Amino acid sequence: MLTIDNLKKHFGSVKAVDHVNLKITEGEIVSIIGTNGAGKTTLVNLISGYIKPDSGRILFLDKDITYASPYIRIKLGVGRSFQLIQLFSNCTVLDNVRTALFSKYGMIRRGLLPADRYASVTDEAIKILDSFSMSDKKNLTPKGLSEGDLKILDIAIAFALKSKLLLLDEPTSGVATNDKFKVMDSIVKAIKKERISTLIIEHDMDIVSGYSDRVVVMHEGKVIAEGKPNEVMENKEVKATVFGIVS
Amino acid sequence: MVKNPRWIVYLLTFIALLFIPRILSIHDLMLFEYGMTFAIVGLGFNLLLGYTGLLSFGHGAYFAAGAYTVAMIAKYLPQAYALEILIPAALFFSMVLSIIFGFVCVRHTKIFFSILALSLSMLLFALLFKLYHITGGSDGLRVPLPTLFGMSFKGIRRPEFLSGTYYYFLLGMFSVSFLIMKGIVSSPFGKALQAIRDNEVRAELIGIRVRRYRLYAFVISGMFVGLGGALWTFVNGHVTADLSHWVFSGEIVYMTLLGGFGIFEGPIIGAIIFTYLKLYAMGNTQYWMFVIGGTLIVLVLLLPNGVAGAFSSLWAMIKKKSD
Repeated sequence: MLTIDNLKKHFGSVKAVDHVNLKITEGEIVSIIGTNGAGKTTLVNLISGYIKPDSGRILFLDKDITYASPYIRIKLGVGRSFQLIQLFSNCTVLDNVRTALFSKYGMIRRGLLPADRYASVTDEAIKILDSFSMSDKKNLTPKGLSEGDLKILDIAIAFALKSKLLLLDEPTSGVATNDKFKVMDSIVKAIKKERISTLIIEHDMDIVSGYSDRVVVMHEGKVIAEGKPNEVMENKEVKATVFGIVS
Repeated sequence: MVKNPRWIVYLLTFIALLFIPRILSIHDLMLFEYGMTFAIVGLGFNLLLGYTGLLSFGHGAYFAAGAYTVAMIAKYLPQAYALEILIPAALFFSMVLSIIFGFVCVRHTKIFFSILALSLSMLLFALLFKLYHITGGSDGLRVPLPTLFGMSFKGIRRPEFLSGTYYYFLLGMFSVSFLIMKGIVSSPFGKALQAIRDNEVRAELIGIRVRRYRLYAFVISGMFVGLGGALWTFVNGHVTADLSHWVFSGEIVYMTLLGGFGIFEGPIIGAIIFTYLKLYAMGNTQYWMFVIGGTLIVLVLLLPNGVAGAFSSLWAMIKKKSD
């Protein structure tokens, strides 16, 4: 699905991403962990096309997308959510998702009939909201939602684009502790159902170990460990650099 | 469509508007017609401000494009001086101008967009002002009465023309503009513009070509404003370069804010109120600009959502209490 080959991005003397190699297969949920400044968000920005690398390659479905625009990547099936939620704040929850669907189906040039007339798209948007347990809030604007619901809606928009690869940047940051698992349950349920490959940046180790198939650990731009969650948590180098535990 | 009470109000308003020439004096009717042409302008302007989030201080240019198309055809191509030709011609030239100016403007947002739009409209103003032999310069151009599908209005005075056939033609144009714009803002295209307005980064990341859609909005907006300009010339009978001046563009912004840009009907209400407010202020005091400026201050401080917004909030409050 996704192959990252020797990817490098430096900002002056800061080695944000330093010769990183990574593979994600279909339907796999991979988490990236690391201390602040480890290069996690830069890596996601490189994959989504937000910034361009200095060298290396990014292959998605065997296509070289290293220098493709974000628009092309979205059309190919790379979707993302943000650490700081990015929503259409004055549009209803339904319109937030429905606009993404209109875009996905190339219908946003249709300019005379009301959006409600496209019943199949509206139904699909409601179905997506339903799968995230949000259809009862479809007529609210994001201003009336809790932080957890905002995160879910942010992901539902990326989900509506029928992304084959989802990049989730800290999907539970800012969410109340007791809501975190509820948020992740509804996200992962929808992801698993559609067999979407997912790359998650996360700080919360309970979330990482509870929902990931594989964990990648980054430190100072490099991948220092990779494997199943319990294996990685036991890795001495990871313990020392990420958790600050010296045994 | 009729299930929605809003459409019943629209229908009743339309029926009431059919009887306006019988109710109003010719003077008030002319003012109302000015208001209706500005209402079309407001509809177009608000597609850009209210729905796409771009504030233009140069929309007078497209108004002038529509108005000068009519005046130039009257002067240089009198055999084509028929409403059925003038309106499509005005739409075409305002579209061409808004494509050219819009292409430059939509590369930027916020204050940079506003200033660019203003600068380009002033460029057109300078051309209209300086090319005296073609445009009539500061004297402007006279606009005679046009024909309509072979019907000639020769020998008829302008007030008679305006209170008869032309009023209903104008009402028809306004109604069509209203319906088209209503369709646009609630369509998938309109939703895409609102997505751009709310969050251009996310809009880009759901696959909307932000700059391209801004240009589409700019051009449609320019065409509506150009149509308003063309229809306005027959009421006014005369066009001058001032139409492209930033002060006139400011009046378009003013009337949209007065009515409320957050509500579809706001700019229409704003255009009608502004027309009467300006004329009565000008007729009663030489300090009329204080009245206009004072109203704007009151508006910004007390009614940030404009007159329509205030009514809408009031209605919501009453409804909530009755529930």
